[in-house]
Amino acid sequence: MKFLSRFYIGLIFLILYAPILVVVLFSFNESGSLSHFSGFSLYWYQDLFRNSEALTALKNSLLLAVTSSLLATLIGTFAAFSIARSKSKYYQRTMETVSNIPMMNPDIVTGVSMMLLFVGVATMLNLSNSLGFWTMLIAHTTFNLPYVILSVLPKFRQMDKNLTEAALDLGCTPVQTFFRVELPGIMPGVVSGLMMSFTLSLDDFVISHFVSSPDFKTLPLYIYTQTAHEVKFSMYALCTLLIVAILILLIAVNVAGSMGEHHARKKHLKNLAGGK
Amino acid sequence: MNKEVLIRLNGISKSFDGESVLDRINLEIHDKEFITLLGPSGCGKTTTLRIIGGFETPDEGDVFFDGKRINDIPPYQRQVNTVFQRYALFPHLNVFDNIAFGLRIQKRSDQEIKTKVKEMLAMVNLKGFERRRVNTLSGGQQQRVAIARALINQPKVLLLDEPLAALDLKLRKDMQNELKNIQHQTGITFIYVTHDQEEALSMSDTVVVMAHGQIQQIGTPTDIYNEPVNAFVADFIGESNIVDGTMPEDYRARFAGHTFECVDYGFAKNEPVDVVIRPEDVDVVPPEKGMLKGLVTGVTFKGVHYEIIVDVKGFKWMIQSTDFVAEGETIGLSIDPDAIHIMKKSEFSGMFGDYSSFSDELEKLSDVTEEIEEE
Repeated sequence: MKFLSRFYIGLIFLILYAPILVVVLFSFNESGSLSHFSGFSLYWYQDLFRNSEALTALKNSLLLAVTSSLLATLIGTFAAFSIARSKSKYYQRTMETVSNIPMMNPDIVTGVSMMLLFVGVATMLNLSNSLGFWTMLIAHTTFNLPYVILSVLPKFRQMDKNLTEAALDLGCTPVQTFFRVELPGIMPGVVSGLMMSFTLSLDDFVISHFVSSPDFKTLPLYIYTQTAHEVKFSMYALCTLLIVAILILLIAVNVAGSMGEHHARKKHLKNLAGGK
Repeated sequence: MNKEVLIRLNGISKSFDGESVLDRINLEIHDKEFITLLGPSGCGKTTTLRIIGGFETPDEGDVFFDGKRINDIPPYQRQVNTVFQRYALFPHLNVFDNIAFGLRIQKRSDQEIKTKVKEMLAMVNLKGFERRRVNTLSGGQQQRVAIARALINQPKVLLLDEPLAALDLKLRKDMQNELKNIQHQTGITFIYVTHDQEEALSMSDTVVVMAHGQIQQIGTPTDIYNEPVNAFVADFIGESNIVDGTMPEDYRARFAGHTFECVDYGFAKNEPVDVVIRPEDVDVVPPEKGMLKGLVTGVTFKGVHYEIIVDVKGFKWMIQSTDFVAEGETIGLSIDPDAIHIMKKSEFSGMFGDYSSFSDELEKLSDVTEEIEEE
């Protein structure tokens, strides 16, 4: 029985990770073959770094991920602040649900509707060539926002309301209170929101596909155009690098999140012990 | 004591979601006074404190501080600091930085901050705790940090919202003494909120008893205990037998089928009144010598004395006596004139002061519910 359950779990993980393993493995394959592994080599990585188009795409991706995640975190944190501050529970619930809906929305719908919006606005303003970095930035910031709100709002809720009052009581203006007391309290949520947005922006394909132009290509878009007709092994190398990058970020998000939680749980236990 | 009025509440009313919490409160708080707002949960005591602190604005009425109306002054511009019930220490700062918080906001020099924090730590007996994280401290230590953090700003008034409610009994007693000492040392006006009558009596210069959003009585602890104005105050402060009676003439009270000599006067002839007799003021005597006769229905040993429940013509009295009497015995009760306190009838008449359903267990249960409600 025990063996069966182990086997079952093993099988599931094999199915989940086999495609990724194949990509990683064959990115180190000496010969450009899909069927047999002839020897370890970093040739495809060298090939990748000689490819200036790929490097531009990487640079674009990073630029977009950094700017859109920072912007989304800034806007989202203040949105969460004002939602949490509202006195009406009904309003709070409504705003939370409304801000969650875009997460459920299929990417393809979001992508198409954003494209229509951008093109429409550009036509109204008589701009040719409307799509590019700015439309990508707006689109990525928009789809990142709900995730930031989702991770910051609970931190506001968990925070002891008396802390805010204590700060005001000790002479802080509301602005000082926010930066000196509230922001440190919600920091774990802000950090995990930021990293989550960065990751989402880095690997988004569907929405980017609709709102980008040929002169501003991100990595996923570039990989897609490179592999659509024939498979290039340097793309295996690129995918491997992306997997590693995302993996590192995910670990960082989890560590940051659990550190915040650990802190909160310890505080909670302490309160229980301190109370009756 | 300095009798200068520091804070004046003038006709303060406040309601939350249409429910009235404070109903036209008038209160004067004097400089350097230790004043306690005492009452059961929901009586409006915490709301009163929050109005003085600036965290709530009154619907009606004015708050004056040093003669100036401060209704619209935000909390961070008031010369008032608060010790919160759950301490509200900043979890991301250590003990030193928590205490230094107020001075840092005022942009004082590092040297001054260092000296003052040291003084404060010495005053609350936490020397050497500077670098500790606040969530590694015990409840009592956190409480001391909270007090130091508030006092370092040298406020004119310190507001304390049930600061000892979360501590165990022994620690609570120690902290009561310590708070009293700190108040003497610093000469700061303390406004203290509690539902613990013993705490209120032992610490305060002035006690304000509140119920149903109104002030029932303001007075010194001895006044409040010896001369309660109505059945609510008499019952809330200590144990009381509250009996229906009449005043046939001055210095005479008639209750439980007997006319007693007493020290009260100024009532209409045969006016119905509430009579208060404290359990410790009733003497147990042989039945033939007693003014009243009753059957003992319950005896509990309390250490210092016995708590005896006596049925006198259907009304159960509580008596505290150092002499043992057995359950089922008939005893006589004797009451001195100055042990009888007469009160006018009030909305609280008949609600308190009968021990027929009395048991310690019940008392404890109701305490617990009260505490849970306040969480």
